[in-house]
Amino acid sequence: MEFEVFGNKDTRSGFGEGLAVLGEQNPDVVALCADLTGSLKMDAFQKAHPERFFQAGIAEANMIGLAAGMTIGGKIPFTGTFANFSTGRVYDQIRQSVAYSKKNVKICASHAGLTLGEDGATHQVLEDIGMMRMLPNMTVIVPADFNQTKQATIAIAAHEGPVYLRFGRPVMPIFVKPDAEFVIGKADVLAEGTDVTIIACGHMVWKSIEALKELRAIGISAELINMHTIKPLDAAAILKSVGKTGCVVTAEEHMMNGGLGEAVSQVLSRQYPVPQEYVAVNDTFGESGTPMELMTKYHIDTPDVVAAAKRAIARKSIII
Amino acid sequence: MARKVQYFIMENTALAGIASQVRRDIVRMVSAVNSGHPGGSLGCTDFLTYLYFEQMQHNAADFQMDGKNEDLFFLSNGHISPVWYSVLARAGYFPAAELATFRKLGARLQGHPSTDKNLPGIRMASGSLGQGLSVGLGAAQIKKLNQDPTLVYTLHGDGELQEGQIWEAAMYAAANKVDNIIATIDANGRQIDGDVDEVLSLGDLAQKWVAFGWEVLQMDGHNFDSIRSTMQQAKALTGNGKPVVIIMKTEMGQGVDYMMGSHKWHGVAPNAEQLQVALDQLPETLGDY
Repeated sequence: MEFEVFGNKDTRSGFGEGLAVLGEQNPDVVALCADLTGSLKMDAFQKAHPERFFQAGIAEANMIGLAAGMTIGGKIPFTGTFANFSTGRVYDQIRQSVAYSKKNVKICASHAGLTLGEDGATHQVLEDIGMMRMLPNMTVIVPADFNQTKQATIAIAAHEGPVYLRFGRPVMPIFVKPDAEFVIGKADVLAEGTDVTIIACGHMVWKSIEALKELRAIGISAELINMHTIKPLDAAAILKSVGKTGCVVTAEEHMMNGGLGEAVSQVLSRQYPVPQEYVAVNDTFGESGTPMELMTKYHIDTPDVVAAAKRAIARKSIII
Repeated sequence: MARKVQYFIMENTALAGIASQVRRDIVRMVSAVNSGHPGGSLGCTDFLTYLYFEQMQHNAADFQMDGKNEDLFFLSNGHISPVWYSVLARAGYFPAAELATFRKLGARLQGHPSTDKNLPGIRMASGSLGQGLSVGLGAAQIKKLNQDPTLVYTLHGDGELQEGQIWEAAMYAAANKVDNIIATIDANGRQIDGDVDEVLSLGDLAQKWVAFGWEVLQMDGHNFDSIRSTMQQAKALTGNGKPVVIIMKTEMGQGVDYMMGSHKWHGVAPNAEQLQVALDQLPETLGDY
């Protein structure tokens, strides 16, 4: 169980490269940005296809409405801004003009979570997965690394319907193969194990890979699932794994309320109740700091995944 | 019935006849379910009748969501759905008999317009205010990208202009020279809590649009000659690098005497007795549904 690492990059750059590929492949793809073209790495698309790039300025509500309207002539709009401004700021616009109206808009959100870092809590949205997965008709995708973000960006253009694609700013190891196929709604089992199932998304997949090594060193066999699609959730993959291990850890760079962990628990509580431990931010805002400092302080780091795995395993023996 | 003619002209009496039937439909629809918004619906009846029966090139018999090569209309103030539903039905998008299902469980005619149940003629949900101008602009920009010469029309309430998104869109339209859109403001001066001037004054509305870089026209929303000449002028102004807005003076509740002159019938339905009084003022012309 060794993971090949293909270098280190930020997931937002995966989005930028994926969008550039789409620009060449699909003349129906158009892109909109709210004054964050450089941050979202949308420059390549903008330069190659200026007629299909729309600068909305610092006016996100209008941008979402524009994107919804652009679907009507048959285009596939990709909007780009920070995750905070892609969701909470424009929730009602997404709700009415995109989700309820079933428009083929791809809401692409960077700088999600604590790993945005020094800008602090005003920008560190930790509620976005919850907001988006509550919306009917919405698909929610949180790819794990640069390669997967690029693959997901390309894949969602071929999916008819609203999509929320969440990625981030920090440079992290790349471990998804460059030629891997991205299938919406189909989880990737990264490692097989028998004692505990770790279900992670986004940057927490790498943290969980690190945790696997530590767990193995103390004799714990952990199964690791990269749950890149939060909605629709791959319930079959969860049940298959948990049927074998009997306990689960969920790991996400998001509030415990509303995120991946709650989505998983919804499946388990109804179909196969087992002990579950959450690695997530617990009902608090973030603060300024480096990404890695913040992951440590807010307990979404490798040692937190290891500790959660031990707790989950211990709870298996408790007879109620 | 695609209208390829540059300026298709109808007799004012014919338009007035359709409008009278639409007004009958409106008051009957809202009265039947004891809910809905008759005031603004009656106020916009003449405009929407004109728009669908004379101004727009559109295809009622074969509704296509992508709307290529036909004029598009977006109702931003979705609460006046009764007038839109009636006009769509009378223009041939769906059977007028379906107006009887308005606001009922399972109906395609939802309280506010939606695409959710695939009602022909509707391309975007509306109801939460302030979103329709952005949507219209997006559709208009894609018409340009698709080299589609047809136009986009939107309708907004004056109270709705209190929403900030409208002004984001207004700024965007001028900055990007979106000159294939004609937005109309239903300036009835009233909103739920009272007069717009008292709730939150819009100030000098025409000057605001001028300052935002739009061509600004004004018209009497209850005079077909005024509507026709202004709409023709608006169409002639498209393609010149500036978006076009029409401030349309209307009376909330127009056509039903006891509903006029007040904001009180914004969202209140007439009871059976009041309905009969209203119907007595509105000749049946096309046959009630």
